[in-house]
Amino acid sequence: MKRNVRLFAVVACALFAFVFMGAEKAKPAAKPKGEPIQAKIGVISIITGQGAAYGEAITNGIKLARDEVNAKGEVLIDLKVEDSSGKQEQALAAAQKLINSEKVVAIIGPTLSNEMFAAGPEANASGVPIMGTSTTAKGIPQIGKFVFRNSMPESQAIPASVGHAVKKYNIKKVALLYGNDDAFTKSGFDTMKEVAEKLKLNIVTIQEFQKGQADYKAQLTKIASLKPDAVLCSALYNEGGVILAQARKMGLKVPFVGGNGFNSPKVIEIAKEAAEGLIVATPWFGDKNDPKVKEFVAKYEKAYGKKPDQFAAQAYDAFYIMTNALKSAGTADRTKLRDALAATKDFQGVVGKFSFDAGRDVVMTPSVLIVKDGKFAIFN
Amino acid sequence: MFLEQLINGITLGSIYAIVALGYTLVFGVLDIINMAHGEIFMFGAFVGLLIVSKAGAPLPVAFLGAVVVTAAMGLLLERFALRPLRTRRGASHLASMISTIGVSILLENVAHKIFGSGNHLFETPFAEISFTIGPVTVYLVQVVILLISLFLMVGLALWLSRTRAGKALRATAENLVTAGLLGVDTNRMITATVVIASAMGGIAGVLVGMAFSYINNQMGLSMGLKGLAIIIFGGMGSVYGAMAGGLILGLSETFMVAYGSSGYRDAIAFFLIIVILLLKPQGLFGQAPAEARR
Repeated sequence: MKRNVRLFAVVACALFAFVFMGAEKAKPAAKPKGEPIQAKIGVISIITGQGAAYGEAITNGIKLARDEVNAKGEVLIDLKVEDSSGKQEQALAAAQKLINSEKVVAIIGPTLSNEMFAAGPEANASGVPIMGTSTTAKGIPQIGKFVFRNSMPESQAIPASVGHAVKKYNIKKVALLYGNDDAFTKSGFDTMKEVAEKLKLNIVTIQEFQKGQADYKAQLTKIASLKPDAVLCSALYNEGGVILAQARKMGLKVPFVGGNGFNSPKVIEIAKEAAEGLIVATPWFGDKNDPKVKEFVAKYEKAYGKKPDQFAAQAYDAFYIMTNALKSAGTADRTKLRDALAATKDFQGVVGKFSFDAGRDVVMTPSVLIVKDGKFAIFN
Repeated sequence: MFLEQLINGITLGSIYAIVALGYTLVFGVLDIINMAHGEIFMFGAFVGLLIVSKAGAPLPVAFLGAVVVTAAMGLLLERFALRPLRTRRGASHLASMISTIGVSILLENVAHKIFGSGNHLFETPFAEISFTIGPVTVYLVQVVILLISLFLMVGLALWLSRTRAGKALRATAENLVTAGLLGVDTNRMITATVVIASAMGGIAGVLVGMAFSYINNQMGLSMGLKGLAIIIFGGMGSVYGAMAGGLILGLSETFMVAYGSSGYRDAIAFFLIIVILLLKPQGLFGQAPAEARR
C-alpha cells in the first residue's frame, strides 16, 4: 500500500513536471534577445530555530549576490525565501511550495544534508534544479540529475591538507586522534585514515575521545611515546583547541593536521599560541590576497556589519553559478537551466575556481592554511 | 610512559575523589544525592578562572573566592531547595533529589548566560611550574592536587570521628529526631554539611582548571556522573571509599587508554565498577547498612 502511494506520488510529480515544463517553455521562447531574463529562484534556508546562524549567513550571501546581479540587468531574479527550521519535513514542504505554487525555475538550499535528502528527491522528480550550498554529506548529488551542490565535501579537503603537510614536513609516521561519538568527526577520521593509507604512511596509533572530555593527557602521552611525525586530528573546534593546548604543554610539538572542525578562528581563540602550526584545508579563506575576495568581504561587511564566513561565501557563489547558467541557457527553463548548470566549468568565484564533475559534484582546489602569528595564513 | 601515565591517572583520580567526597558527605548525613554538586563544582571553577585569569590575582585568592562562592551556594541550596522539603511531612526523600536536579539545570543555564558556552582557558603561571625526575616531567599542580585531595580526605575523616561537631554530625546522620532530642541543632549540622561539601566542590573546580587548563559550563554534568559512580563504587557515605574509588576510576581510565583502546575508556571503567559491586554490593568500603553512613 505504502509503496503504491509513493509510486503514485512520483508519477504525479513527474506528470506535473511535464505540465510545468511545457508551460515554462512556451513563455520565454518569444522573447527577443537583449531583454533581461526574468526568473524566480527559490531559497530554502534555516531562518528560525537552531542553526539559524547558518541560514542567516547563507541568505545574506545570496541576497548580496542578487542585488549585484539584478543591478547589472542581464537577468532579473525574484527571490522567494522559505524557512526550513532545520527540519526535514519542513524543508520538503518548502520545496513543494516553491515548485508548485511559486513555480520557481530553480532552488538554492536547503541548509542541512538531512534536509536535502528530503527536498532533493522532490525537486528531482519535479525536474527543478536544486543546489545545496552547505550540504557536505556523502550521496547528495547522487539523489538525481537535477541535484547539485557547490559545497566541498570533507573527503576533498582532507587529502589536500594531509598531502601538503606530508610533502612539506617529510612525514612518515602519523598518529590519528578523533572524537568517536560524533558523525561528523568520525567521517573526517575515516577520510584521514584512507588518505594516510593511500599515502603509505605508517599509522602508529589510533586514539579516540568523547565530546566534552576535559582531559586528553592519557591519549596524548601515548601518542607522544610513539614519536609520530605528525598528528591527524578530527575534532570540533571546542575539543580541538583543548587538545592542541594540552599537547603543546606536555611537549608534543609535531605538526597537527585538522579536519573541517578545526577550520574556525575559534580554535585560535581557545588554544592561543598552542594553535601555531595547525594545518587545515578549507574552500573559503577570507584573508586571501585576491581582489575578488577582498571586494566581497568589504561589501558583505558593509551590508551586514560582520565578516562573511564559509556559508555566506558559498551561497554567494552559488547564486552566481545559478545566474550564469541561466544566462547561458538563455531562458528561464528548468531543464535547459539544469543542462547549463551541469556544464559549469572553471567558474571563478570568491571561494575559488569551481566546476561540476560528471556526477554534479564539486571540483575545486581548497586552500591549505596554517596558523601563523595567531591567524590563518596560506601554507606553502 | 608508564610513570607518566601513572601520574596522569593519579591526577585525574584525585580530582574525581574530591568531587566524590562532596557527594558522599551529603549522602552520609542527609541520605540524598545532591545532583547539583557537579554544577556547584563548575561554578567554583569559573569563579577561580575569573579571579586568576581576568583579575590576575594569585592562586590562593582564587581558592578562597571559589570556596566562599560555592559555600554560599551550598547555603542557598540547603535553605531553599532542601530544607522546605525536609520539614514537610510526607515528602519522599526522592523529592529532595528532584529538587537538586532542578537546581543543577538552573545553575548550568545561569552559567551559560554569564560565562557563555565553549571552553575557557584557565591561565595561571602556577600551572606551568614543572620539574623532571629522571625521564618524567611532573607538574607541581599534579602534586598539589594529590596533596589537597589526601589532606581533605584525612581532614574530613578526623573531623567526623574525633571532633564534637563531627560526632553531632554523625548523630544527625544516624537519626535526625533522636539527635534533635539530645540537643543537637540538626538544622545547623545539615547546613554545615552541605556548605562544606559545596566548598569542596569549589576547590575541586579550581583544581580541574589548573590541571586541564580549560573549563566549560557543561563539565559539571560529566564530572558529577563520575562522582556519583565513585560513591556507589566506594561505598555510600564512606570517606575512604570516595578516595579509593576516585583513584581507581582515574587510574583505570588512564591505563585503559595507555595499554588498551581509548574507545573503551569509559566502558572499562564502568565495567570494573559493576564487577566490584557484584562481588561486594555495598561498595568497597561500605559496611552493614546501620553503620554505613559515616
